[in-house]
Amino acid sequence: MSALLEVRNLKVHFPLKHGMFSRVRETVKAVDGVSLHLAPGETLGLVGESGCGKTTLGRAIVRLVEPTAGDILLEGDDLLKMSGATLRARRRTFQMIFQDPYGSLNPRMTVEQIIGEALDIHHLVDSAAARRKRVFELLADVGLESAYAQRYPHEFSGGQRQRIGIARALAVEPKLIVCDEPVSALDVSVQAQIINLLADLQQEHGIAYLFIAHDLAVVEHISRRVMVMYLGRVVELAEAKEIIRTPLHPYTQALISAVPEVDPATQRQRIVLPGDVPSPIHPPAGCPFHPRCPIAEARCRTEVPPWREISKDHWTACHLAGAPAAARA
Amino acid sequence: MSDLLNSVSQGAGDPPVPQSPAAVSSAAWLRFKRNRPALASAWYLAALLLAILAWPLALKVAGGGFAQTHDPNWLSDGQFLPPGSLHWFGTDVHGRDVFSRVLFGAQISLLVGLVGTLVSLVIGVLWGAVAGYAGGRLDGFLMRTVDVLYSLPSVIFVIVLITTLGELMKHAPLVAHSPALAKQIRVLLLFVGLGAISWLTMARIVRGQVLSLRTRAFVEASRVLGARPWRILTRHILPNIFGVVITYLALTMPAIILYESFLSFLGLGVEPPMASWGTLIAEGVGQINPLRVYWWLILFPGGVLVTTLLALNFLGDGLRDAWDVKAR
Repeated sequence: MSALLEVRNLKVHFPLKHGMFSRVRETVKAVDGVSLHLAPGETLGLVGESGCGKTTLGRAIVRLVEPTAGDILLEGDDLLKMSGATLRARRRTFQMIFQDPYGSLNPRMTVEQIIGEALDIHHLVDSAAARRKRVFELLADVGLESAYAQRYPHEFSGGQRQRIGIARALAVEPKLIVCDEPVSALDVSVQAQIINLLADLQQEHGIAYLFIAHDLAVVEHISRRVMVMYLGRVVELAEAKEIIRTPLHPYTQALISAVPEVDPATQRQRIVLPGDVPSPIHPPAGCPFHPRCPIAEARCRTEVPPWREISKDHWTACHLAGAPAAARA
Repeated sequence: MSDLLNSVSQGAGDPPVPQSPAAVSSAAWLRFKRNRPALASAWYLAALLLAILAWPLALKVAGGGFAQTHDPNWLSDGQFLPPGSLHWFGTDVHGRDVFSRVLFGAQISLLVGLVGTLVSLVIGVLWGAVAGYAGGRLDGFLMRTVDVLYSLPSVIFVIVLITTLGELMKHAPLVAHSPALAKQIRVLLLFVGLGAISWLTMARIVRGQVLSLRTRAFVEASRVLGARPWRILTRHILPNIFGVVITYLALTMPAIILYESFLSFLGLGVEPPMASWGTLIAEGVGQINPLRVYWWLILFPGGVLVTTLLALNFLGDGLRDAWDVKAR
């Protein structure tokens, strides 16, 4: 097994509670049967609009939410079978970088305490001096001065805080980092810096990223492969360049048409999807995308499209993908 | 002094000078010292505490007539003497020294306040924090317990507790022959009763705070790092609710002191001739009549009570602000 991470048919369903005495009748199917694999040192981009379950998928992989069904294999070991101390020790292997740089740092701790906590939990240093030295190293790794170690989070800008969050994740030398929209709360100029930092750190330490974002341009820049999610399911998976050039699923096509172009000369036909994302409590029968799909046919309403490899390493879940364009018009 | 310069230079936005952890914790102390009302309140409370502790000793050391005239329970013929050089706060209806009675009464009042506050701090905070963090069935069980206790009218709860248990105790063979012990048990019951109701609101407040904190990203980051729940609670959650807890404690202590005053006023708390601030004020109020105004009977116990409560509030505010790392 060469994959660092393998997720098989993962489902995360949240029960909807109506009150103290009522039975659970409905569930929100946030993640509904997702499979993926990630090689060591690889970056897999995960895109989709708000509420499609991409964040829940990332949180389930780091065991912040309990999956309802499926397997998560990390280096061949099933994470879902671990608990208590075994799981806590294993958490060294996978870390997470959070979306909100303001909320992800304890306002009452200095930077040294925040990064040092990671070292303390896994007993990675044996003296206060070694701890401080390691914190300074980590700060240098993410491009911060060691003089910042005694400051509190509120004294930093968003980009600097995100660097502190990255240093904390790096402290335990993980093999996998789930990046949950790490740049979406930042200015565009700072976004590029953070993405380049993440790319440099990957080169240096050989960390694999599961990079979650709603911005295709950002994901394309850092990822080798990109996965598109819609309503808790994966609709398309391909190499980053391939998916931008020849998107197969109509949802991916709409997403790509929404990426702003810098050059006004290259006018792309914007595909505007009608309606809203259906409720994940009652997802549509058949293909979950059919109510908004511009090319949906009768069978899309009844049959769930299978996960097919249309061309080499280009997978999609659409009945019509790969059919001649004329037939789809 | 160098610490002060350090923090001032940081406030101006200069590059920070590396500080030792001790210097960081002393920054909170510096912020507190800069808060004049809080500092003055701390001194006032310290002086009051010293007087309360030293006065009985002073009486013992002085001995003789001075000790006798200032014994809080010694009845003399000098009734309703206005404040003077011998009786600084005057004397009451039985010719007892009001100054002495205020200081001895403070023992009960402050002790009740302290016990209530401690119960609120320890039981209330832990109860609420565990309920909020654990969630699920444990949360349901803990908070329903609070709800049930809350739904009992607290005054009636304390009154029933003191009267029933107090009566039971009176007939217990051990107590029956010792009136002094009976009195002490009564005071103890007062503490238990007030302690039992003091932590309920705190538990609810803390639970609410913990509920909102535990979904914050920094708590999740700590979980992803592999921190144990106890570590998350003590390092991440409790320090972040300290401000709310301190503020609420500063409100609890006066409330408990007032509660005790109220119960004593009703005749359920401290039994005469023992005194608390509440009973003293009640006695003063009882002496109000249209012919003579014995103002010192109300002004002095009331004044000490009010200033103490004010000082506690200022102190609480000062501690909360000093704890806030964002404050300059």
